[in-house]
Parts: sequence; structure tokens; C-alpha cells
Amino acid sequence: MLEVRGLVKRFGGFRAVNNVSFSVDQGEILGLIGPNGSGKSTIFNMLSGTLTPTAGSIVFDGHEIAGLAPHRIINRGIGRTFQIPRPFRRLSRFENVALAGFYGQGRHSRAKAEEAAERALAMVGLPTDRRATVDGLGAAGLKKLELAKALATGPKLLLADESLGGLDETEMEQAADMLRRIRDDLGITIIWVEHIMGVLMRVVDRVMVLDHGEKISEGLPSAVAADPRVIEVYLGTDAETTQAAAAEARRRAGG
Amino acid sequence: MKGRLAAGIAGLAALIALPFVYRDPYHLHILVLILIWSFAYTSWSIMGRFGLVSLGHGGFMGIGAYVTALLWNHLGLSPWIGIPLSMAAAGALALVVGYPCFRFRITGHYFVLVTLALSGIVLQVVTATRDYTGGSLGYTPNRTRGSGLLALQFDDKTTWYLIALAVWVGGLLIWHWIDRSMSRYALEAISEDEDAAAAAGINVTAEKLKITLISALMTALAGAIYCQYQMFIAPDVVSGIAVSLQMVFAAIVGGLYVSFGPTVGAIITILLAETLRIGFGTQAVGWDNLVYGVLLVLFIIFLPKGILGSLLERVKLQRKPSPAA
Repeated sequence: MLEVRGLVKRFGGFRAVNNVSFSVDQGEILGLIGPNGSGKSTIFNMLSGTLTPTAGSIVFDGHEIAGLAPHRIINRGIGRTFQIPRPFRRLSRFENVALAGFYGQGRHSRAKAEEAAERALAMVGLPTDRRATVDGLGAAGLKKLELAKALATGPKLLLADESLGGLDETEMEQAADMLRRIRDDLGITIIWVEHIMGVLMRVVDRVMVLDHGEKISEGLPSAVAADPRVIEVYLGTDAETTQAAAAEARRRAGG
Repeated sequence: MKGRLAAGIAGLAALIALPFVYRDPYHLHILVLILIWSFAYTSWSIMGRFGLVSLGHGGFMGIGAYVTALLWNHLGLSPWIGIPLSMAAAGALALVVGYPCFRFRITGHYFVLVTLALSGIVLQVVTATRDYTGGSLGYTPNRTRGSGLLALQFDDKTTWYLIALAVWVGGLLIWHWIDRSMSRYALEAISEDEDAAAAAGINVTAEKLKITLISALMTALAGAIYCQYQMFIAPDVVSGIAVSLQMVFAAIVGGLYVSFGPTVGAIITILLAETLRIGFGTQAVGWDNLVYGVLLVLFIIFLPKGILGSLLERVKLQRKPSPAA
């Protein structure tokens, strides 16, 4: 459903993303990992229209979307969350989500938007109380709200940007399960960008690894975790996580 | 909700009946001015409340006034046609200035500076084309020898009072219509975080242009109505930076986030200007602007929600039994 070919983003002389190609199939969860500054977020920002690619093509559902304005891309069915949740604090939680439901789905009707908001809030496990404020939410709650906003736009493809940062172990597991439920129950295809490899490896169908703006590995979690290039990139900084993830992936592949 | 509607209708009925009961021309004159300026300030606040602080509205008001008067004097075009044309001109200018600002993310202080230039330019144009506009000496629409209705010229204050009242009520209705629309949420979101708003599917540029256009059209109407009522306009009264600042001041002092805030602001500014004029005469010319400036700074620091906004908030808090008590 998504075909990315030769994607390049230059900031001045710096190539943040250098000739990256990949594709995502309908109903798949693709994990996108890599160390800080490897170009994950830059790719996300190009997919969602926040940044315009320097070169390359992004074809979604048979249409070229590279360089379209963010709201057009949302209306075509690509929703996104931000790495750091960005709620609108002057609106209530419900209004935050209803707003995304209204504008994300082409401004049809307010009643429909409110229905979408209720469904999205229920999906992420937040109360659908209409007057609750954003200020009452903690880190996990804000992540859920961020996800509900993206779901309310009615995406076919969800771009989830490092949605587990700042959560504790249990919350992380819950959030990972939620992404899988979103795919299983709603049939939404997901690209998931994450630092924390362990949990990601357990949930995704396929992983793509970036380093210095280039794709260095791609494949099943078990294969990628065993890839010497990936281990090298993560070694020293994150070796234990990588090994744990590899073990986890092997266990999963075996069972 | 029903009680509020009933109170609103009763209040409106009382306001309509007023000039038939109370006929002091000076007081009616002050009321007409308050209503016209309230409408102008409401027009400004329609975009100002979303953090789109414009110092260009003096320009829109000037276009409303001058285009209407010039079309009447030179082409004999009735204000009934001239006013829509002047509004269209102000709207077109708003789009020409607004589009690049919004498209290229000129926000906050930079947006204020761009709009400040807009007021300045309209003032300069009026002054520079003094052969047509009378320059800084001011300009007077020709008195009609025919129908007062066609020329939108009326001698009696009651008619003007009712016209100004209608326009003012119209402004409040538009304020409420926007307040209840989905656009209001979108604009609140945009004023907080443009990227996140775009990620919610909002066309940020289009939403900002829409509200700017509505605001500019209304402000031009205010200028045209002012011109028709006073039958005299001068650049420093209906256009330029001083007028823009006065709008910002009145809207902020009255309260930006409540519908009657700009009206409270108008009552304060006009009573202040009149008091200074009567008390100090020509010695006090320009003092009102000085007082505005000082008060504006004090309000932004100590009472950012304005007089009415803060009062209403206090009433709301008292009504709600506090859980901590």
C-alpha cells in the first residue's frame, strides 16, 4: 500500500536521509529502528507531509503523495503521532480527538466526528467523558490521547513515532499490545518508529534498520536482530537490548 | 440556556425602545459611537482571540470609509453598492497580505509587524492622494439632494442609533456563530501548535485566511458605517496605526474571549476620550492614546482576560461550589 523509492532529504550539505527505498504491505506492522539521528523521524516527517523530500517518490494507494501538504496526506488516510505528545491544552480531551475526527476525515459532519472521537478514546482506553481536561493526564495518558487523535482521523496507515518513550515496563507492554490490537481489530497498517528494541521486536512483522540516513538492514525481526551490521550499530550503546531482542525474536519464531 | 435567550431578547427590546423614550441627542450620539466602535472592536477580536494580533485593522477600516465615500462623491455610486465594494476591497487586501504570511508561517511578533506596515501604507496612500481624499485634512461625502435612504444619509439620531444597533447585534451573532463552530476549535489548536493542528488534518493556511477575511470584511463595514454617520472622515480617525492600537486596546481591556468584551472596551475608550475632550479641550488632544498605551501594558500584565472576562470568570467560580473548601 506504500511504496517509497529513492527518498532523499538534504538539510544544506547534510544528507539526513540518503536514497532510502522500502514498501509496506496492507495490514503489516513495520518497525523502523536506528540510533539517534539515523533519519527515522525525518522519514516520518516526509511521509506525513511536514517535510518536503529533496528527491524520491512516495506512492500511497497508487497515488504520489511526496510534497503534499500535511492535511491532504491525512485526508488520504495517513495518520501520525508525534514523538513528544502535542495535545491542544486549551481544548478538552474529547475536543482534541473530535477535532481530529472532523478535519481528518474531510469535515463531513460534527456528529460523525464525535462518534469517531468516542470510538478512538475507547480504543486507547481513555474515558469518553466530554469535559475532562488534558492537564489531568500523565505521560502514559498523553501518549494515549496522541494515539486517539491519530486514530480519529480515520487512517489506513498509522505512523507511530516512538510511542513508548517515557513509559515504565508495564505501560510499554500495554502500549505495544495496543498497537497490535489497532492492526488486528481495525485493520490499520502501522509503521512504528521506536528506540526501545525489545518490545518492538515482539510486535512487528518486519523491521527496517537505519543508520546515518541509510537503510542497513531489513527483514524478519529474528534475522535483523542477528544481522552483524545491526549489532555493530547498536553495540556499546544498546548491546544488551539487541541481544535480548534477538533471543525474544528467536523464541517467537521457534514457538 | 433558555433564561439567557429570554434575557437577551428582553435586553435587545429595551435597546430598540431606548431612542423612542430617551431623546437627548448628545447621549444618543455617544451611544451610536459606542455601538459602531463596539462592532469594529468585535471584528478585530474575532481573529485577535486566536492569537492573530493584527495592527492592520485601521487599514481595513480606512478602506471601508474612504472607498465608500470616494465612490459616492466621484462616481455617484450609492453606499448600498459602495459599501459592499469597499468591503470586497478590504477583503482582497486581507487575502493578499494574509496568504503569504500564513503560507510561510509568519506568526507572533512578525505577523504583528507585517500588519503594522499595512496600516501605515493605507494611511500613507490616503495622505499622498490628497487631491482626491483631502489628505490629512479629512474628507466629507457630498450631501445628497435626493433620497436620504438611497444615499444612506439620515439627519436624525434615532435612525442611526437603530442602524448601529443592528450592525452591532450582527457582529455579536457572527462572534457566537464562530464560537460554536468547529473552526473555533481548529483555530484554538492552530494558535497552540500549527504542526500538530496540521497533523489533525486541519488546513492551517485556509483556516487562518478564512477568519482574517471575515474580520477584515466586518472592519471595513464598520469604517463605512462610521463615515456615513459622521459625514466626515480623516486618516487619523478611521485608519492608521493609532486606530489599530485603539482596537487592540479596547478588545484586550474589555476581554478578548467573551462576546461582550469588545463592547465593554468601546464603552471605556469612548467615555475616556469624551471625558478628556470635555475636561481638557484641545490641550488633551492625543492624551487618550497615551492613556491607552499605559493601560494596555498594565492589562496585559495584570488582567490578561480583560475586565469583563475576569468578572465573568469570578462569577463562574463563585457559582461552582469549590471542592477544596
